[in-house]
Amino acid sequence: MKAYVYVSLKKSVLDPQGKTIQGALKKMGYKGLGDVRQGKYFELTLDGELTKSEVESEVERIAREVLTNPVIEEYRYSLEE
Amino acid sequence: MKFGVIIFPGSNCDHDAYWTIQQVAKQPVTFLWHESHNLENCDAIIVPGGFAFGDYLRTGAIAKFSPVMESVKKFADSGGIVLGICNGFQILCEAGLLPGALMRNVGLKYICKPVHVRVENADTLFTSTCRQGEVLTIPIGHMEGNYFCDDSTLAELQRDQRIVFRYSTAAGEITPEANPNGSRDNIAGICSPGRNVLGMMPHPERAAEPELGCTDGCKVFQSLVGAMASK
Repeated sequence: MKAYVYVSLKKSVLDPQGKTIQGALKKMGYKGLGDVRQGKYFELTLDGELTKSEVESEVERIAREVLTNPVIEEYRYSLEE
Repeated sequence: MKFGVIIFPGSNCDHDAYWTIQQVAKQPVTFLWHESHNLENCDAIIVPGGFAFGDYLRTGAIAKFSPVMESVKKFADSGGIVLGICNGFQILCEAGLLPGALMRNVGLKYICKPVHVRVENADTLFTSTCRQGEVLTIPIGHMEGNYFCDDSTLAELQRDQRIVFRYSTAAGEITPEANPNGSRDNIAGICSPGRNVLGMMPHPERAAEPELGCTDGCKVFQSLVGAMASK
């Protein structure tokens, strides 16, 4: 089973990279552009023997304990069977 | 007073710290490999600068899981002296020994230059040879030195005088222009509630001998040695 984990900065944390990208995109003339936030994306492949709830619990543990720093970041994920 | 300098794969200021302790502070010092739990009866642990584990994932994110860090945490919890410099500060924050996090510099550039920092608290083991409000010139060299913490943590740091160094002008004024990286409240270094753990972005070991152009950084090491000698 595959898990796709998205890590992004919390809303309360400034994202200078996102701001720089936003500034560049605006300068290039793209229309209707609002805020831009940059994040990280991980693809995890998990053992097919695990049940869905086991996969969920492992992915959440990995995301919480390793992939994010809870001081500045948050995560969400989706699974593909 | 015996110092231990931790080496992670990717540490690159380990030898500078070792040299400063041995040649300038004239104290016994040993290297500690990150895979060992053994702190070899050291009185103070240095978590040096560099790029532990290539800074992959986040600065310090992998290093915090090294076996040595379990021992460092126990050592710090029991009052042991720990000094994290630059990448070492990032590792101590990731490991939860110090609050907050060090984010990408606001200007998105790696900055390598001497900066002025004002001593905000001279009543710590690390700053006892400094005057309160003294301005030190110490180099920084980092991409992720932008200190962030939430409002309640900042209030706690301020209330308990745990902000040890702040970026300032040469005259000691705390201004936005003197802040090289966007750190909250111009924070350059903070300590733990017990004041036995210090994390700082500037590199005192790079400003510890006349040949390096400045000796202000030496005060951090001399303070530690002096404080321990008088214990």
